[in-house]
Amino acid sequence: MERYYQPEIETASRERIIEIQNEKLVKQIRRVWDAVPYYRKKMMDAGVTPDDIKSIEDIKKLPFLSKSDLRDSYPYGMLAMPLSECVRIQSTSGTTGKRVVAFYTQHDLDLWEDCCARAIVAAGGSKEDVCQVAYGYGLFTGGAGLHGGSHKVGCLTVPTSSGNTERQIMFIMDLKATILCCTPSYASYLGEAMKEMGYGPDDIPLKAGIFGAEPWSEEMRRSIQDTLGIKAYDIYGLTEISGPGVAFECSEQHGMHINEDHFYAEIIDPDTGEPLPEGSQGELVFTCLDKEAFPMIRYRTRDICVLTREPCSCGRTHVRMRKPQGRTDDMLIIRGVNVFPSQIETVLLNQGYAPNYQILVDRVNNTDTFEVRVEMTPEMFTDNIGEITERQSKLSEGLLSMLGIKAKVSLVAPKTITRSEGKAVRVIDNRKI
Amino acid sequence: MSVKQISVFLENRPGMLSQLTTELAASGINMRALSLAETKDFGIARIIADDTLKAMHDLKAGGFVASLTPVLAYEIPNEAGGLDRLLKTMTESNVNIEYMYSCLSLRGNSRAVMVFRVSDTEKAESALLSRGLHALSQEEI
Repeated sequence: MERYYQPEIETASRERIIEIQNEKLVKQIRRVWDAVPYYRKKMMDAGVTPDDIKSIEDIKKLPFLSKSDLRDSYPYGMLAMPLSECVRIQSTSGTTGKRVVAFYTQHDLDLWEDCCARAIVAAGGSKEDVCQVAYGYGLFTGGAGLHGGSHKVGCLTVPTSSGNTERQIMFIMDLKATILCCTPSYASYLGEAMKEMGYGPDDIPLKAGIFGAEPWSEEMRRSIQDTLGIKAYDIYGLTEISGPGVAFECSEQHGMHINEDHFYAEIIDPDTGEPLPEGSQGELVFTCLDKEAFPMIRYRTRDICVLTREPCSCGRTHVRMRKPQGRTDDMLIIRGVNVFPSQIETVLLNQGYAPNYQILVDRVNNTDTFEVRVEMTPEMFTDNIGEITERQSKLSEGLLSMLGIKAKVSLVAPKTITRSEGKAVRVIDNRKI
Repeated sequence: MSVKQISVFLENRPGMLSQLTTELAASGINMRALSLAETKDFGIARIIADDTLKAMHDLKAGGFVASLTPVLAYEIPNEAGGLDRLLKTMTESNVNIEYMYSCLSLRGNSRAVMVFRVSDTEKAESALLSRGLHALSQEEI
């Protein structure tokens, strides 16, 4: 028997959903027009005023927002509420421009946590459950979102945050955790560690896992399900829109339901910006229908995706998105962290190196490996091995503080970084996802 | 008289050293001495060449990263205790050795040559000279 956190909205008729979207969009655009000069100017440039927006159908008249708008308006330019009404920020890793700083009012946190609660209930969670949140806590949205959702559902929440595998396993076993929230690669790693400690799927009290923040394959899902003896659910989100819980999987494990009473989804042609009919593959675009502080309107996610409104046998009526099939930009997701090659370039330049590098990403035992190759230059080279290894570790530390994840720094011979048609190949991603 | 050693960066993977020797062979360079230092992912080949300038020029043209390092070379008798006596003198002169390797002497089997990288080349050289130890010149090695 399928259970829902907010059944009246999660299973509402299509007509009712559209009615809600019409009403919220009209209100939101009026509010943003008044409160956000940056977006008002974009609307004026596009020749649109709030009077032109009468229903959700009119959304296509509105200008897009993209990461560059966030850079131009950093930090407060997209703020649609007085700072005194904001109670929280969350942020992604990276430099100004690449780093996203999103603001939340209490209302925004509530709706975000509701979305995460829907995901937990869809994964079979209730107040009887012990929910271990092993996503990173802090600026990252993973920990905060699922933590809040778990509270809303009434689970006993175990806020372990990421890392310290031994302690994670101790809590899972001692407190009989039934739901695990983390990145799929960490779940896989935990599974392997527990197997090595002699715990079989029947010994492990977990019954469900909610895994997101990075791409993962069906093969990986099966392997995690088998080792931990659980059902593994995908969850999708991005800091710009709120965080995890923008969309989540139900027991059908066949696409993620988008919480479209809060986040309206479109698929567009990434080249022309034209909306594409349902079922076509294109770039996923989101509009926050009722977020107050940081309401992204037609925000281009750069994720390549397909939407379907075909009815789902779980009873939820909300549109489903397929797992993103790729990106329209060069962003990589490594161990759940967004990495742009330009961030690596910045670190190299800051430390006085030529930006001659190559990123190698692979997945070994279901965990991402991340190597940055840097070509040795006459300026860097010295006969002293200690000095070179010291520079190597300084570079490694620089990358860690910029990206938030560790990279192996390898020094390679000059002119060995693959060049095709004179252009260096910056990223080699050998992960089979 | 310190000797100029060529230090060459090498990636730690099969074929890299052979690329270096191929380059030197093509340039007609004879290596008088060769030593390899390695870490987990890279190494440094240290070479004393019969024509340092040509070797440097051709290595750079061949895409290698190379630099020159001053080292001190001393001849010792090729017999038990030969190196020990030299090192004792160096200890008395308070010379700090960073690394060391050996090579053949041009004067035949009865002699050997030790090459030293020290913390302060000039100071070490004059300290050893005052104890009667003459460093070999580039031509003598």
